[in-house]
Amino acid sequence: MTTATAPDIQYDSLDRQHATARLGMWVFLGSELLLFAGLLALYAAYRFAYPAEFRAAAAHANLAIGTVNTYVLITSSLTMALAIHATRGGHRSRTVALLAITIVLGLAFDVLKGVEYAEHLSEGIAPGHYYAFDALPAHGAVLYFTLYYLLTGLHALHVTGGICVLVWLALRARRGDFTPRSHLALELGGLYWHLVDLVWIFLWPLLYLIQ
Amino acid sequence: MTPAPTEPQEPDYLRAGAGVRSWLTTTDHKRIAIMFFVATTVAMMLGGAFAMLLRTKLLTPGPGFIGPLTYNRLFTLHGVVMVFLFMIPAIPSVFGNFLVPMMVGAKDLAFPRLNLASFYVYLAGAALTLWGMIHGGADTGWTFYAPYATASPTDVAPIAIGVFVLGLSAIMTGLNFIVTTHMLRRKGLRWHGMPIFVWSIYATSIIQVIATPVLGLSVILVALDHALHMGMFDPALGGDPVLFEHLFWFYSHPAVYIMILPAMGVISEIVPTFAKKNQLSYNALAYSGLGIAFVGFLTWGHHLFVAGISQFDAAIFGVMSMFVAIFSAIKVFTWIGTLYRGSITFNTPMLYFFAFVYLFVFGGMTGIAVATTSLDVHWHDTYFVVAHFHFIMIGGTLTAYLGAVHYWFPKMFGRMYPERWGLFSAALVFVGFNLTFVPQFLLGNAGMPRRYYSYPVRFHALNVISTCGAYLLGLGLLITLIYLVVALRTGARAAANPWGSRGFEWRTPSPPPEHNFIVPFDPTHGPYAYDEPPPEDIPAEST
Repeated sequence: MTTATAPDIQYDSLDRQHATARLGMWVFLGSELLLFAGLLALYAAYRFAYPAEFRAAAAHANLAIGTVNTYVLITSSLTMALAIHATRGGHRSRTVALLAITIVLGLAFDVLKGVEYAEHLSEGIAPGHYYAFDALPAHGAVLYFTLYYLLTGLHALHVTGGICVLVWLALRARRGDFTPRSHLALELGGLYWHLVDLVWIFLWPLLYLIQ
Repeated sequence: MTPAPTEPQEPDYLRAGAGVRSWLTTTDHKRIAIMFFVATTVAMMLGGAFAMLLRTKLLTPGPGFIGPLTYNRLFTLHGVVMVFLFMIPAIPSVFGNFLVPMMVGAKDLAFPRLNLASFYVYLAGAALTLWGMIHGGADTGWTFYAPYATASPTDVAPIAIGVFVLGLSAIMTGLNFIVTTHMLRRKGLRWHGMPIFVWSIYATSIIQVIATPVLGLSVILVALDHALHMGMFDPALGGDPVLFEHLFWFYSHPAVYIMILPAMGVISEIVPTFAKKNQLSYNALAYSGLGIAFVGFLTWGHHLFVAGISQFDAAIFGVMSMFVAIFSAIKVFTWIGTLYRGSITFNTPMLYFFAFVYLFVFGGMTGIAVATTSLDVHWHDTYFVVAHFHFIMIGGTLTAYLGAVHYWFPKMFGRMYPERWGLFSAALVFVGFNLTFVPQFLLGNAGMPRRYYSYPVRFHALNVISTCGAYLLGLGLLITLIYLVVALRTGARAAANPWGSRGFEWRTPSPPPEHNFIVPFDPTHGPYAYDEPPPEDIPAEST
């Protein structure tokens, strides 16, 4: 993750070093997917065991916030891609602005998520043994909500981590670290941000839409 | 033959910088390997000490010098330390780190700083785990099975989180090896020209990157359950504890191959060097490793034969497990075939190879036995299973690890180890190991369950034999540690290529310079090409 002009000692060229870093990022993203896959496997097993309870619980999820958040996150992916495009075109201030919009959208996602959590918690929908929502019987439905908290919580952690990376990238972009030919860190950060987006694209139907 | 340049232009990696700081902040893969070497050795001594305490308690059938809860804590810690702090990182993080860049002709791994970070993450995970041990310990066994683990009176959470952090370190290491193998091979070095050890580490790394996140997740769920009552596996809320077993073994069975595949890679390097002969079949060794990595993902259900899975599933998992034996057999026969008409020299690494073959085949065959559903019902959770997996993990991995330690000791430290002591302690380890674990097969078959604090008097004699064997095994390892530490200062200076190997890593001085090679090696002369005249860049065997 350097913008220096000379490659590290183990590389023949800077291009080679960048290609290597990209491969490393892809392997990391693959590993990340497996982290979510474990929870999704639990989701599949429990949904299969409690279809009616899961349907009732999913009907109680906040579809409005879930849907708005989907748009927020997809838009942030677009602005991220545009930021890289702007860097390629050599537009420094546009890059910084687009990154700032991406950060704001990411924060908006987290805030909306927090509102959603607060709403659920005020109803007594808490994970695990703290579950105290009488409208839906604990048996089975609590598994949906525990998985809901685990999946969206893990995802929100990734969003928050991504925001920190984006802030760092925006500061570097403002300093002029990225050139049209060399902006590896920006690309890698973008890849990560798109993954976070992609995971949500799966969570949205699984937790909100399928009823 | 021209000997290696006696005065390299640059100092070797051990002298490239002085002071503690130059070690702690190094990004040199060789120095990081040495730091892992020290850390994993400490872990092994700790895990070994726990084992000695366990075996000492089992000298008597009734109550002993430690109480039942302490006993349960000790076998948990023995398992956790040996599996996560020693066995999994032992060969990849020590020898993989040291050798993979040299074997592909690179100056370092693809991401040197990530490599250093993986060491500190390992230390953090180890610290968390050790803190958990001192703070309260865990009595769940290293498998953390729900629902017991979520309700255990001991302090499960820090140890489980420690295991998660250690997994992070393993993922970082694996990622580095995968990318290095793809992108940093020296010009002219094809995939099929790489040493088999690199193939093994590559296959291992794939398992680490794919399976470790799932383990991380499942232990985090247990920790959350224990600390915050998440109840993900709690039947009272409709949860299913068997699901934990599925998630856990989805990682932890492939983890067995994380332990054995690098060992097989080590063996594949030792055999041609000491038989002075090309591999009987390069492709068989390279692809059977990948085959094990692949099939290894489809066998986890054989741990659940009595946990309530369908007979159909059990049959599939049983058959898939046997496929692993086919790939392993291909390897064993290839090694044996390589020996045929070779000019074999008996050094300590070679003695460890023979120990490995005997113990690994024995352990593997009993593995097929326990993969058979009808037999496993009888042996499940008895000492038979304990003996089986110790045959693979100690008989297989530890002997290969010790072989690797002796084989590459001259390269790593530039000193020779004392050969007589090496042979003596290898024999001691082998005898001690058999004395420890053969009786455990008999005990398990006679019905002694694993993890029990006490046992009926009729099992007394076999338990005493097993404990004596464990002491012998411990003695062998202690002697090894002592003479290796002494050899660091007093051993004879090692030549660049003391074994007369054709391997790439022997074409540079011992110890290697900071950037591995003074003159890059010529990959057109393969690492096993003993049928060709030696290439010019191979140093002579003489000291």
